[in-house]
Amino acid sequence: MTEPSEHIVSAKLYWFIWLVLIVGTVVTALVARVDLGTFHGIDANTVVALLIATFKASVVVLIFMHVKYTHEQMVKPLLIGAVCWLLLLLILSLTDYSSRFAG
Amino acid sequence: MSDSHTIGEAPLAVEHADRPELRHHFADVEQQRNAATLGMWWFLGTEIMFFGGMFCAYLIYRRWYFPEFAAASRSLSLPIGTFNTTVLICSSLTVAMSVRAAQLGNRKMQVRMLLLTLVFGLAFLGIKTKEWSDKYREHHIPTFDYNVVGGEGDLIQENKHLLGIDKVENDPVKLRAREAEIQQHTKVFYSLYFALTGMHAIHMLIGVGLFGVVTWMAHKGRFTPEYHTPLEIAGLYWHFVDIVWIYLFPLLYLIDRKPIS
Repeated sequence: MTEPSEHIVSAKLYWFIWLVLIVGTVVTALVARVDLGTFHGIDANTVVALLIATFKASVVVLIFMHVKYTHEQMVKPLLIGAVCWLLLLLILSLTDYSSRFAG
Repeated sequence: MSDSHTIGEAPLAVEHADRPELRHHFADVEQQRNAATLGMWWFLGTEIMFFGGMFCAYLIYRRWYFPEFAAASRSLSLPIGTFNTTVLICSSLTVAMSVRAAQLGNRKMQVRMLLLTLVFGLAFLGIKTKEWSDKYREHHIPTFDYNVVGGEGDLIQENKHLLGIDKVENDPVKLRAREAEIQQHTKVFYSLYFALTGMHAIHMLIGVGLFGVVTWMAHKGRFTPEYHTPLEIAGLYWHFVDIVWIYLFPLLYLIDRKPIS
């Protein structure tokens, strides 16, 4: 029986990802205290905070959770499907609820 | 050695007597690992749905009651929240490092990293308990003695402009009505805050339990470079719980932290 060659991520990359996540957290907290105005009518601070959070989550999924390296080919479609399903829930619910009491 | 039952040419079940960790219904270690990984991702998919429902409720109410949500969010400690986020990120690093140590067959490093993970996980829960007890003291837990108008957990004084108090200040009737509204709407924020952070904390507790078992298994030398699936699978769970917090932190703590002009 041949053993599968499992990808081993270098310790250096793990430490780098850790640093990126810490810097992302500190930047999020600091930027929240600066008024960035609005972006197409939406509070820009919230947009920036959620973009950083999504970047952090993606890095965790790809590197720490090995999705970038996994041999199981169904993981990526499953993950994309789950995220799309979640976005469907959030976007449809929010557009509905926020347009009902428009004014 | 191997005991096989066949229909025609295809083996139905093959016992791998020489490898106790490889179950008979898998052809080899890689197939078994892939099945376990996919199974965990299916479970995490249901977890996305589970937390997604609560996030959705939160986002709807946040849009409806934005000023009250912003004012209540300001009552959470930003330094403590930021620090706790970094604690959780450190725990994710130690989990990744423990899986790497298992891949390299370094048992000592595995156990060390797993013990650090437990320390970080418990530290996170300890800090969270401190935050909750602060909320209890401020009467911010939505129960019978809930109060945000005057008293220890007052939200009005510091957020007069944000809450529109400055517009109704001279009319006692309108002021009273607005205060009652603020009392109700902030209660929704704190209910969702406790539901979300509470559910997250329960997941952390389960994670600590899971990693207690995995640490014991690592200590007993159960994981080899060929087989360390339980550790890897538990790691996926831990990272997922970390990601939930990565979103909870900006959504709950940073609704509006701009300096009051």
